[in-house]
Amino acid sequence: MTATFDTQLLEINLGPQHPSTHGVFRMQAILDGETIVKLKPVMGYLHRNHEQLGEGMTYIASFPFTDRLDYFCAMTNNLALALAIEQLAGGIDVPERAQYIRVIMSELTRLVNHTVLVGFLLNDMGAFGTPLLYAFREREKILDLFEAASGSRMMCNYVRPGGVREDLPEGFLEQTQKIVNEYPRFLDEFEALLTDNEIILQRTQRVGVLPKELAINASVTGPMLRASGADYDIRKVDGYGIYPRFSFKVPLGTAGDVYDRYFVRILEMRESLKILQQALREIPSGPSISPKGLQLVTSPRTFRPPKGAEAYGRIEAPKGELGFYLVSDGSPQPYRYHVRAPSFINLTVLEDLCLGHKVADVIIILGSIDIVMGEVDR
Amino acid sequence: MIGIGVLKGMWVTLRQFIGTYPAGRWLLKRAGLPEGDGLCTIEYPEVKQQHAERHRVFPFLVYDATPDNLRCVACKICEQECPPQCIHIVGPAKDEQGRPLKTHGRTYPLRFDIDVSICMSCRICVDVCPFDAIEMDNAHEISSGGRFQELNYTKEQLLKSADYFQKIKPTEAAVVDQRLAAKAKKSAPPSSS
Amino acid sequence: MSFAQIEELKAAIERDLPDLTLQVEGSTLIVEAKDLLRVCRFLKDAPAYEMDDLSNLTAIDYPAAGGAGPPGHIDVVYHLYSMRQKHGPIALRVKLPRDNPVVGSVTPLWRGAEFQEREAYDLFGVIFEGHPDLRRILMWEGFKGHPMRKDYVVEEQ
Repeated sequence: MTATFDTQLLEINLGPQHPSTHGVFRMQAILDGETIVKLKPVMGYLHRNHEQLGEGMTYIASFPFTDRLDYFCAMTNNLALALAIEQLAGGIDVPERAQYIRVIMSELTRLVNHTVLVGFLLNDMGAFGTPLLYAFREREKILDLFEAASGSRMMCNYVRPGGVREDLPEGFLEQTQKIVNEYPRFLDEFEALLTDNEIILQRTQRVGVLPKELAINASVTGPMLRASGADYDIRKVDGYGIYPRFSFKVPLGTAGDVYDRYFVRILEMRESLKILQQALREIPSGPSISPKGLQLVTSPRTFRPPKGAEAYGRIEAPKGELGFYLVSDGSPQPYRYHVRAPSFINLTVLEDLCLGHKVADVIIILGSIDIVMGEVDR
Repeated sequence: MIGIGVLKGMWVTLRQFIGTYPAGRWLLKRAGLPEGDGLCTIEYPEVKQQHAERHRVFPFLVYDATPDNLRCVACKICEQECPPQCIHIVGPAKDEQGRPLKTHGRTYPLRFDIDVSICMSCRICVDVCPFDAIEMDNAHEISSGGRFQELNYTKEQLLKSADYFQKIKPTEAAVVDQRLAAKAKKSAPPSSS
Repeated sequence: MSFAQIEELKAAIERDLPDLTLQVEGSTLIVEAKDLLRVCRFLKDAPAYEMDDLSNLTAIDYPAAGGAGPPGHIDVVYHLYSMRQKHGPIALRVKLPRDNPVVGSVTPLWRGAEFQEREAYDLFGVIFEGHPDLRRILMWEGFKGHPMRKDYVVEEQ
């Protein structure tokens, strides 16, 4: 004889103030027992209409605001906007040295982002503190490099159309080389801590599986897409800047679960280190900004792209495809300034990933998507 | 076997823990193991972090020799270009007939305020200033007791000497001095040379 | 995409869907609102294109110049890439009347449009017919107006 109970669905709110939501983000979950049957992400708590702000000021004045989109990756945000502006102007020369500096900064940013992400993912899983602090200790060294080059640790405001704002300070390359040489040791240690850990395997494998077809259809980009097995890296596809000169692999996952998303990021860091080694070996001396770029830095209002010009510049940011869409009306200010934010669009599939899983899994699925609310809400 | 991975992870944390003690580092070295970074925090108020030379906090106004000889001519370019609009300039100073007043051959601002509760230390004012009159400071222990007038820095609070600039940012100051010297030579009447 | 390529694309679409009227403006293909879904389906399925990734979707507001000038319009812009064939972008633009901007939703074709269409609805007031869940996304429920429109007045502080 089996007893039957009347059960009803339970609606709970995860967030907006919740340590695992990486900011102010709310998930309205409907539970059947412990299982998620419906989940709606609610966002906008950090919305400051970044696009409206960008339309009210010169192209150059938007740079410090892009730092605050994804505040872990200020350098790549600057780079994406710089590329869009260069495209809008119909091409601004970028000196060789500046190209190399851009690559070095982008890859260092990728290291920072992925390192911190893995730390936070473990934090969400309950490994409170230890892996996160190991990650922060390494990140600190790279942030010191950013400070030496740009003057600020996180809000770098460094890359400009036509090059970078200032040349590298003395001793920067030696210091970078030292950190790049030591980084694999840290990654090995990190992996010893995590990769074979049975608890982590249990918690992450076959959790939050994202099929390849859905990933492509939902415009998911970045490591999350590659963890699902789609070979698409904008550094390879568009080959912006001087990326075609470097030899590196694009790591791909097979299962598309949380563990693959974690592991793809570890592998990507190793590839970034390869790119850094090549860039540090080959970086030439010379100017770090072209004359046209310097003119933009010192007098932003002289930059007036032709009326009706439009440009969509995109890069492979650590979190995915970061694009800037600019439309000019011939004035020093953009007529339309749109940010295609990777963490915002990657959230589209959150519900699909969470259905059928437990509440505790939702937290690590969200962690594995890698969102920063500054970029989601803009 | 289940548990090996967990033990491996614990060995990493144990090694890191031992590595924070001098005796532990010696032990690890003896055993031929990586010592790790050891202690990576500092005892803050007693020990202070060394910042890079380019470290930027809030802008300040540069004067040469005496505070009335400031380089700013109140051209208001920085006010116009400041992304969060935190600079407010009144000036240039004028007499009753509307003619600009000058000190040391330059016009000067009557008021120059920076609202540091809005300023985001982006350095764009420094980039656009044609007179090298505004530079980035690196003093960051600048808390205040209030949040309104106390955070609105006036001209008097912002003025700092060129020697101070030389002291905190020697490399950048050298470039600026060179540029100013070249400019002075160009504008000086040719008969004097 | 260069001008020659976009002309070629226009010809290819017109060959397959002869009753359409397309225009080229710079490197953008202007599509009429009623034809949008057919063009999108063609671009997604045609083996020569296979645009399986809707990278970017946004709107632009062009208010009326005032007086006897042309009436204002809101454009919706689509940037399509192909992840399978690794080419792109193709930029599409739909011009909608400003007082009643309605266009078919492309969410059934590309899930990636779901949040982006909600954002365009929220900030510009474009209505996407057939969207499964067209609600405000960044502004709160009950917010009046569409803040990215050029004539939106910021409240005086």
